[in-house]
Amino acid sequence: MWDRFRLFPEQASTLAGKVDSLFLLLVLISAFFAGLIFLLVAVFAIKYRRRSDTERPRPIHGSTGLEIFWTVIPLGITLTVFGWGATLYFTMSRPPATSMEVFVVGKQWMWKFQHPTGQREINELHVPLNRPVKLTMTSEDVIHSFFVPAFRMKFDVVPGRYTTTWFQATKTGDFHLFCSQYCGTSHALMGGRVVVMEQGDYERWLSGAVSEESLAAAGEKLFGRLGCSSCHQRVGTGRGPSLVGLFGNRVKLTTGETVGADETYIRESILNPQAKIVAGYPPIMPTFKGLISEEGLIQIIAYIKSLRIEEKAKAEP
Amino acid sequence: MSTSVGEWRQHYLNAGYSVRSWLLTTDHKRIAILYLASITLFFLLGGVLAGLLRLELLTPHGDLVQAETYNKLFTLHGITMIFFFLIPSIPAVLGNFLVPMMIGARDLAFPRLNLASWYVYVLGGSFTIVAAVTGGVDTGWTFYTPYSSTYANTNVILTALGVFITGFSSILTGLNFIVTIHKMRAPGLTWSRLPLFIWAHYATSLIMVLGTPVLAVTILLVALERGLGIGIFDPVLGGDPVLFQHLFWFYSHPAVYIMILPSMGVVSELIACFSRKRIFGYNVVAFSSLMIAALGFLVWGHHMFVSSQSMYAGMIFSLLSFLVAIPSAIKVFNWTATLYKGSIAYQTPMLYAFGFIGLFTIGGLTGLFLATLAVDVHVHDTYFVVAHFHYIMVGGAIMGYLGGLHFWWPKMTGRMYPEGWARVAAAILFVGFNLTFFPQFILGFLGMPRRYHVYPPEWQILNVLSSAGASILGVGYLLPVIYLLWSLRYGAIAGPNPWGATGLEWQTPSPPPTDNFEKTPVVTEEAYAYSLPEASRG
Repeated sequence: MWDRFRLFPEQASTLAGKVDSLFLLLVLISAFFAGLIFLLVAVFAIKYRRRSDTERPRPIHGSTGLEIFWTVIPLGITLTVFGWGATLYFTMSRPPATSMEVFVVGKQWMWKFQHPTGQREINELHVPLNRPVKLTMTSEDVIHSFFVPAFRMKFDVVPGRYTTTWFQATKTGDFHLFCSQYCGTSHALMGGRVVVMEQGDYERWLSGAVSEESLAAAGEKLFGRLGCSSCHQRVGTGRGPSLVGLFGNRVKLTTGETVGADETYIRESILNPQAKIVAGYPPIMPTFKGLISEEGLIQIIAYIKSLRIEEKAKAEP
Repeated sequence: MSTSVGEWRQHYLNAGYSVRSWLLTTDHKRIAILYLASITLFFLLGGVLAGLLRLELLTPHGDLVQAETYNKLFTLHGITMIFFFLIPSIPAVLGNFLVPMMIGARDLAFPRLNLASWYVYVLGGSFTIVAAVTGGVDTGWTFYTPYSSTYANTNVILTALGVFITGFSSILTGLNFIVTIHKMRAPGLTWSRLPLFIWAHYATSLIMVLGTPVLAVTILLVALERGLGIGIFDPVLGGDPVLFQHLFWFYSHPAVYIMILPSMGVVSELIACFSRKRIFGYNVVAFSSLMIAALGFLVWGHHMFVSSQSMYAGMIFSLLSFLVAIPSAIKVFNWTATLYKGSIAYQTPMLYAFGFIGLFTIGGLTGLFLATLAVDVHVHDTYFVVAHFHYIMVGGAIMGYLGGLHFWWPKMTGRMYPEGWARVAAAILFVGFNLTFFPQFILGFLGMPRRYHVYPPEWQILNVLSSAGASILGVGYLLPVIYLLWSLRYGAIAGPNPWGATGLEWQTPSPPPTDNFEKTPVVTEEAYAYSLPEASRG
């Protein structure tokens, strides 16, 4: 019981130390103000204790100066803390462009991971040391939350949309992974571990783990099997728009609006095609709701993303 | 006042002894007693549930209860304590009893509506009890969708209906208070002479009337989705699960202020009386209650920093959450300044006021951690949050409630509670409370998520400390139940004003006559005129 007792959680990501500095600042601010109040209350309570039942203290109505003083000082302190916290939150919300991407699907009550190279894991995530990892996450059922205390990182995993977060591990080892959003009966058991490995070990693990094909390749097969390719042809002559170069670009809709083609847009277009119709095309695509799993969606998105890469590669020489 | 011991005098308690005289009463004082009895039962139920939770958490394994039972226990603990104890606690008991008395009125503006709100409360409570007995509910008190609307297979509708119904009791009480405070003040009782207890209840009532309907709408939408399959929150049906959180916290964050503002009002009364001082910066303290009520409506998004709400929305909600902390801080500074050069006595109600200042200060400061975006990402949905809101709700709201209950007990019953026992109980509560909840701050920082019945073994020591504290806390709560009941028969006769307090409620006999005042009082001075000798007051 005592052997692993500690008051401070392990720091194992680039952000952990930064969050802890801010946390410590807040502890100091709290200790100062709580200490000040306790001290004043104690001193006043003792010094001005009632000595005779007939004593009537002189009334003091207040002091505008003091009121301004103890409004402005806490306001200044809180605004400083706000700014610091918001800046760090901004960093937390923006995965670096160099991140490797892992897809996460939460379901009652397990975590499923897919690496871009095709490896799948359940309740265990292997990642390399010192490399930013971006997580693109969704849920098959209720809301879950991906929480790794040692990385000071947490983000909700919401059905019907993709959420993203990221971390960069700075220590090798096993770290607790929890679901922190209550999700039903076995919520407390919906956890596992994140295994951080040296780059070499990670590559060995990758090659040892079972992987039939990359995500994009699996997506391409699915794309054919579901019949997507009969309308969405590589050149723009099909009944649907070509998907080459789609990802990350802007799409003009029949309503005149333009939207950015990200994971959420592609997902919506597959499950609810009538929501946003591309300008110049008839609204004839049927819904694929019920025909494709969350993992399948992720594979198709990976495939569509790869179409962008191909095109760029072609343009370069 | 001229009544000597033993001489019969008509008052609200001996106005009738039949069950009918209680159940059909429109006397605000009797309704307050009805509320006192019913919320005490819910408090004891919620307390027993908390005890079972802490007992399970003594060990890292699920040995006392399994996951399903544990989830039902914490859900019912939260629902009982929040909707059926904390929200009605001070307003429906002390507020009901004191709002008319403090402003020199004979009753609330709508006495029958007041009785109706108690019946509505009891009806809502019964629904929830039936739901619990016939299988329970496991959504957590927050009812997050789509779990509650689609996936949970427990008594969600029945429980939610209970909460829905009880909401109307809150709305009716709030409405009653607002009208009463506007229209029924005694001659001379201007707004700037109102006791701060009244100001706090006025601010609370505004939140009750403006916020509670949103909760009702939200619950109705969950029921529509669950019962009829209308897609509102479940993405499978075309809904948005995060929408629920916006609607829920739009009420439930202000609801936190429904629970704490009345307690702040009580503490102002206690500190003024037991230091015989006017509250330092009366206007600022009164105004800060209104500021809290107003800003409290604009901070709900701080429950959603990791929910996938927009990052920029998160920043605005964070900023506003820091701002709402300022009026609370101002109150604490003003209470402390009130003690300066006062004449301070240490009777039990004042001990609770000291406890309130200390624990509320810690609760409030730890709220800053949660308002800080990057820190909240780590401690959100962990025991840090659990500790924070128990410091505010138990350390703040319940300390204030108990302080108020002891302070006005002689007025309500005509009897004194036993001072020695009451001081011992207050001390036990303070120690037990801190031992229970302080370790939870550390657990949360270490990363222990909420609503876990099993946890990694390295967190056992802190959990054992917390459970040990809970057992002390349990003793601390049982003591007042016992000695207050004892005092009904054996307590010393209180007399009209045992504390030498200002305020109209002390100028009438204890217990007060059915009509409160023999003749309508006239107010000629500000609240808390403690500098005048007692004989010259009133």
